[in-house]
Amino acid sequence: MNARVAIPARTRLAMFVRLLAIQGSWNYETLLGNGVGFSVEPALRLLPGGQGGEAYRAALARQSQYFNAHPYMAAVAVGALARAELDGEPPARIERFRTALCGPLGSVGDRLVWAAWLPACSIAALAAFGFGVGTGGVILVFLGLYNAGHLALRAWGLSAGLEHGMRVASALGGPVLRRGPSHIAQAAALIGGVALPLALDRVIGPGRALFGIVLGAVALGGIVLARLHGRAEGWKIGIGLLALFVLYSVAR
Amino acid sequence: MSDFAQLLPLMMLAAVLGLDSVSFPQAMISRPIIAATAAATLLGDPARGLLVGATLEMFALETLPFGASRYPEWGSASVVGGSLFAIHGDTSPGALAVAVLAALVCGWIGGWSMVQLRKFNARLARARHEAVASGSKRVVEGLQVFGLTADLARGAALSGITLVAFRPVQNYVLGTWGSDPRVSRAVVVGVAASVAGAAVWKVVHAAPGARWLLLAGIAVGLALLALR
Repeated sequence: MNARVAIPARTRLAMFVRLLAIQGSWNYETLLGNGVGFSVEPALRLLPGGQGGEAYRAALARQSQYFNAHPYMAAVAVGALARAELDGEPPARIERFRTALCGPLGSVGDRLVWAAWLPACSIAALAAFGFGVGTGGVILVFLGLYNAGHLALRAWGLSAGLEHGMRVASALGGPVLRRGPSHIAQAAALIGGVALPLALDRVIGPGRALFGIVLGAVALGGIVLARLHGRAEGWKIGIGLLALFVLYSVAR
Repeated sequence: MSDFAQLLPLMMLAAVLGLDSVSFPQAMISRPIIAATAAATLLGDPARGLLVGATLEMFALETLPFGASRYPEWGSASVVGGSLFAIHGDTSPGALAVAVLAALVCGWIGGWSMVQLRKFNARLARARHEAVASGSKRVVEGLQVFGLTADLARGAALSGITLVAFRPVQNYVLGTWGSDPRVSRAVVVGVAASVAGAAVWKVVHAAPGARWLLLAGIAVGLALLALR
């Protein structure tokens, strides 16, 4: 095994910026694979022989094969795989490790970001809107809140991966990743409850005279859609209902 | 929306926001509440953009962008919704309904177009497999840059075509609109809030005590409305 190679700040920055485009060539063949190779590439230039050398080309080929994970949590993989390559781990071991990372990084990221953090920030923005906050304020609430979490997660992931290398699994057991989704969902429930009637009131405008009827219809519609969970998508039903309403309004 | 000078900045905005949805940088500037507001701002009416953006955000709450699943592409769609709503004054009672419907249809087509792009990227990756397997930096970076550029073009084309197609439809529909303004707005908001309510439940129902927190939140929200 080689002596631990120091990774300059410039290389870390290049990896971080490339991570933002990790899904640039996402496809049904290699999924995130090419993006992982693209993101890890700046670190591979530090391998013996430098850019274009034998070790560099073998490592880049290895890292550009099929890979699947949550795009933000893929930062952990990119960091850990870069460290493993620079530490001179045997290729077969790196490939096994790479395969093993897919499942956990996918499920942890999906639960934390897509199923908790994103909807929670969206609900917070709707709450700000419902409370009468102006355009700039609503944008600030959503983008500020969401990207504080988003960028911090990517930066932490890359740093943890580079630090721990093939022992990065221990970093995935942290309390934020394990219990975060549940706490975020609880906050989203409370804020969502407050936000929906207030946002509805702000959008309804001239329809305020019918507010009570609309509220009853929303409660009923919400329950029906919740019970249809997994069998029908609300936005598609919305297209059908709105199309019918537009046709009715034109035909009247 | 036939004026090219008006259409071009909207297409450029949609290109950037469509790119954000998946490819780069996923900072969620493509979410409706941001994207529709940005589009309407280009047309000089951010407040109307925020209104239609909040309505679309209620629909978007439902779609969780898990990996390979197919979901609406909200970036380009919200540019369409935001600009169609901003371009009409408050005198059109059906403006919100038409703008939201156009955005939802555009989002649906956008989801389909992303799937086609992913298939095309796969064909390209397969054709370049040998070069990737030999560790060619040029090919790895080339695939990435091509995917990003194609996604950028996809968003621009999608929004341009949808805006050009929907603008005459919008003029016709709003010119013949026969529903009461109060009902018109109430129907759109009712559908959007129903989807949002179910979406919030879907997100929170598994968390301990979430149903009580949700009910408490609704009670607080309604109390605040009563106090206004």
